Amino acid sequence: MASLPPIDIPPATTGNGAFDAPADDPNGALFDYLLRLGDDSLVLGQRLSEWTGHAASVEVDLSLANIALDLIGQATLLLDYAGEVEGRGRDGDKLAFHRDVLDFRNCLLVEQPNGDFAQTMARQFLFSTWQRRLLRHLAGSADARIAAIAEKAVKEVTYHAELAAEWVIRLGDGTEESRRRMMDGLEWMARFVPELFEADGLTAFLAERGVAADPDSFRADYEEEVGAVLAAAGLPLLPQQRPILGGRRGHHSEHLGHLLCTMQFLPRTYPEAVW
Amino acid sequence: MSSDWPLWEVFIRAKGGLSHRHVGSVHAPDSEIALRHARDTYTRRMEGVSLWVVRSADIVASDPSDDAAMFDPAADKVYRHPTFYTIPDDVKHI
Repeated sequence: MASLPPIDIPPATTGNGAFDAPADDPNGALFDYLLRLGDDSLVLGQRLSEWTGHAASVEVDLSLANIALDLIGQATLLLDYAGEVEGRGRDGDKLAFHRDVLDFRNCLLVEQPNGDFAQTMARQFLFSTWQRRLLRHLAGSADARIAAIAEKAVKEVTYHAELAAEWVIRLGDGTEESRRRMMDGLEWMARFVPELFEADGLTAFLAERGVAADPDSFRADYEEEVGAVLAAAGLPLLPQQRPILGGRRGHHSEHLGHLLCTMQFLPRTYPEAVW
Repeated sequence: MSSDWPLWEVFIRAKGGLSHRHVGSVHAPDSEIALRHARDTYTRRMEGVSLWVVRSADIVASDPSDDAAMFDPAADKVYRHPTFYTIPDDVKHI
C-alpha cells in the first residue's frame, strides 16, 4: 500500500479549482496561502459545531463548541486578511459564504465527517498537533499580520492539541469498545495526514520569502509527537495508507459540498440577513 | 456517559490575591479531564486565572439536620464582630 503513489489530480490539469480557471490576481500566492490557512480553520470549526447539542455530556459539548469557536475566530482573521490581499472588496464573510466548493483550499482531513466521538478526536489530534507546529513557525513569519494571527492562535491550538491527545489516550487505553472505535477513527483519518506535509510551488515560493512555513521542517517532530501519544494510548502506529491529495488545489472529497450546503444556505438565501 | 463519571466541584481564583471560590461542578472521568471540563465550562468569559477541582465525594459537609446546634449559638454573639474598633479613614480593605 505505502509504495503506491498518492492519489492526486492528474499532472496535466491546471488544478486551479473553480473549473480550473487561471488565477490572475497579483498577490495570488499570498491570497491562496491565506485561503489554505483560513479554510482549514473554517471547515473544521463548522464540522465541530455539528456536535453542538449532541455530545454525550454537557461538558464535552462545551469543549467541542469552544474549539469550534476558536477555529472560526482564526478563520475570520485569516479570511478577512485574504480579502484585503485580494483587493476585490471581499471580506471574511464573503469568502466563507459565497465561494463554491472548488474554490476551497482546506486540507482533506478537516472536512472528514465527525463519525463518533473517537473519530472526531482522532481527526482533532492529527490536525491540531500539526496546526500547533505550523503556527509556531508562522509566529515568526516575515508577514507581520500572519505572525500576529499565529501568535494569538497558537495558544488556542495548544489547548486543542492537548485536549485531543488526552482523549486519544483515554479512549485508546480505555475499554475494548473505546479502543476499537479510536483505532477505526485513526484508520479513517490516516490517509489524509501526508497532505498536511505536501510542499508545492506555492509553499516553496512563500517559504523562501519567510512568509510561509515549510511543513517538511517539522514533519519528523510531528511524527514523533503523534507516536508518543499513540504509545501512551497503547495504540499501534498510524496505519500506512495510500495518501490522498488535492484539497489545496480545490479537489475535495464529497463531504465538503454537504458541509458547505448547511453552512452557506442562510447567507445565500437571505443575503442581507443580519442578527 | 456523564452519569458514569464522578462529580467534581470547581473553584476559580478570579485574579491574583483573591481566594478560590466555588462556582459549580462538572462530571469527568479523572482529575485531568475534570480540570479541562472546568476550564471549558466555567472560564469561557475570562472568569479566572486559576482553577481547582475536588472530587465531590471527598468533601466533608455538615449535616443540615444539625443546623440548629451548629449555627444558631452564634446568632446572639454580636460582640464577636469587630465593629467596636475605630478604623482610620485611609485603611481601605478591611
